[in-house]
Amino acid sequence: MASAFEYAPAPESRSVVDIAPSYGLFIDGEFSEAADGKVFKTVSPSTEEVLSEVAQAGTEDVDRAVKAARKAFEKWSALPGSERAKYLFRIARIIQERSRELAVLETLDNGKPIKETRDADLPLVAAHFFYYAGWADKLDHAGFGANPRPLGVAGQVIPWNFPLLMLAWKIAPALATGNTVVLKPAETTPLSALFFADICRQAGLPKGVVNILPGYGDTGAALVEHPDVNKVAFTGSTAVGKAIARQVAGTGKKVTLELGGKGANIVFDDAPIDQAVEGIVSGIFFNQGQVCCAGSRLLVQESIQDELLDSLKRRLSTLRLGDPLDKNTDIGAINSAEQLARITSLVEQGEAEGAERWSPACELPSSGYWFAPTLFTNVTQAHTIARDEIFGPVLSVLTFRTPDEAVAKANNSQYGLSAGIWTEKGSRILAVASKLRAGVIWSNTFNKFDPTSPFGGYKESGFGREGGRHGLEAYLAPSSPKGER
Amino acid sequence: MPTTAHAAHALGDVTASDSTLRRFLHGLPGVDAVGLEARAASLGTRSIKTTAKAYAIDLAISMVDLTTLEGADTPGKVRALGAKAVHPDPTDRTTPTTAAVCVYPDMVAVAKEAVAGSGVKVASVATAFPAGRAALDVKLADVRDAIAAGADEIDMVIDRGAFLAGKYMKVYDEITAVKETCGTSARLKVIFETGELSTYDNIRRASWLGMLAGADFIKTSTGKVAVNATPANTLLMLEAVRDFRAQTGVQIGVKPAGGIRTTKDAIKFLVLVNETAGEDWLDNHWFRFGASSLLNDLLMQRQKLATGRYSGPDYVTVD
Repeated sequence: MASAFEYAPAPESRSVVDIAPSYGLFIDGEFSEAADGKVFKTVSPSTEEVLSEVAQAGTEDVDRAVKAARKAFEKWSALPGSERAKYLFRIARIIQERSRELAVLETLDNGKPIKETRDADLPLVAAHFFYYAGWADKLDHAGFGANPRPLGVAGQVIPWNFPLLMLAWKIAPALATGNTVVLKPAETTPLSALFFADICRQAGLPKGVVNILPGYGDTGAALVEHPDVNKVAFTGSTAVGKAIARQVAGTGKKVTLELGGKGANIVFDDAPIDQAVEGIVSGIFFNQGQVCCAGSRLLVQESIQDELLDSLKRRLSTLRLGDPLDKNTDIGAINSAEQLARITSLVEQGEAEGAERWSPACELPSSGYWFAPTLFTNVTQAHTIARDEIFGPVLSVLTFRTPDEAVAKANNSQYGLSAGIWTEKGSRILAVASKLRAGVIWSNTFNKFDPTSPFGGYKESGFGREGGRHGLEAYLAPSSPKGER
Repeated sequence: MPTTAHAAHALGDVTASDSTLRRFLHGLPGVDAVGLEARAASLGTRSIKTTAKAYAIDLAISMVDLTTLEGADTPGKVRALGAKAVHPDPTDRTTPTTAAVCVYPDMVAVAKEAVAGSGVKVASVATAFPAGRAALDVKLADVRDAIAAGADEIDMVIDRGAFLAGKYMKVYDEITAVKETCGTSARLKVIFETGELSTYDNIRRASWLGMLAGADFIKTSTGKVAVNATPANTLLMLEAVRDFRAQTGVQIGVKPAGGIRTTKDAIKFLVLVNETAGEDWLDNHWFRFGASSLLNDLLMQRQKLATGRYSGPDYVTVD
């Protein structure tokens, strides 16, 4: 950072959000305590300050929530699509009106920079509700046959990296298609989901259509196992995804899984270098790299390796790490101590296996969970850091000499969620993209999201698609004669 | 500081012939327009407040080339401009002087006298400004006139027609001839008229061409066309000077001109400088604003920071 021009702190006001000392479970339109009275604390990752105490749902609460959702389903699914759309539009508008409050809340609870919650998360959250509100009365024309039917009660489990956005990805299509929802937010980031419960009330959404159950993995497991859940949607780690797949096998429940990734970001020698550097930065340092589709493997053509790495290192030296509520912060806190420990251990393993570690000069705050942006060079396909998802601000750099080698290395992964291609040659973009086994392929950009665009993975990155018209399919059953199911 | 002859050597004498020059310019990395504009926009969201804002305002004032380039310019108007450059805010003598006043060649002597002893430079737009459509010896005569009258800096326009026709060597030769005419008496700013070059790839090529030919500054535009300085084209030129110094050791200045009217905009440009080329360019020897109406807004914002209240247009001088 230049010393001549130090930016004064520009913190966003915390006073725009009113966090209560405690929150209950949101079941059947009411907040209530857990049946066994259990609570847990949610902390701000950047300061370790306790933000609130949240009720922890147990098996009994899960049962109560699923029953409420089942009861609400009868009326909700019978509403004309245009009526459901009204509620969704109303929710979308309330989210826009309260976006500053929600952005600050999300930053406090998650640790990501306010710049990202304000400019990326919240606009996308509102956009998802608007987009699926538009589909609610057009399902007959979505390409799934005439009069497709909702599935019933959707049990949804979401991660902590984009708490409110993942909620929107799950809830918006579920409601638009006439399903009702029981959603479990992650244990480290329950607050925005609880604020969303309040938004549902503000929008006058019928009771029981949306139920929010904060809790840990066992709460999620109880929800997935519940016999009266018709559809399971999960975003999170591959290990948990596999467990869910085993749990629901043979039950007839529909499942979609959005799991881990180890995205390849391929830079050819004719790439627009300065923009590629920006794309690499947003690919791996957006949300501190805690993104399932992060471009965590940089595949750079050998002939421009030195030039590109010099540019990249210089660019990383301008990243501003610190208070996530400061509007000038680029890199915020890691979400939890547990995640920080995982990143640290994988990075140590990378060093032990002989890769070369580099970070810009960067002072870490004394409290909270922090990890400096990190670059590994001399990485090969055989290194753990080239294979395992780190889910942190750590980039592994590999090289290639020919397009075929780039494709072979990019595909040589147990994952297949995202990839990026950087070249000024249009024909090369098409040729390479058609050979990559990844659900999302960006060319000359990275980490761009849009509600109209389907998102999902190959291989251990999961199955099913969210977003776009494809996202409706996971919540619909084809039409069939009356009385048959 | 290495010379530009050194620069050509460091790059393997790419100016040996028309074809080597073309190959070099077309071999520069491409520019992705969407990505470039997104980066410029994202730097525009930096929040600059309090002490950082005060610093930025004074820095921006010191970087202004206070300009009048009207057919109707009179000695009186130029003298007023000079007085304002020396004391931008007559009510507050702590206000820094501007970097320069910029006038047509026939006004250089008047301007020179108006700023005498203040350290404010006199820049002159020679070379058949703004169209540049004249024979080379006419352009050189224009430059000689300005220098003879005491100009410290020459702002030349390139022949956009030649550039767009791919006659890079012709443009190169013109710049080197003007540079030679400037000699050690004046620093040379080369204006590309980026709005007419139309593509970002062209702007990058023009930047390198100008730097190879000996420009001391590369400048976006004349201020006389529809599209002048933008955050994106300035960012691109900052990348060019940064990369040029990395490859050759020679540092070149950048001057966005035209269309920058508010303090808020000026600060966004300073953020671009700070985070692209770096602090070595945060100085009026290496970065300038070609602007006339910008100065008054900077002064009003400066008064606001000092007093806590907004004044109004009557609290700053009209030119």
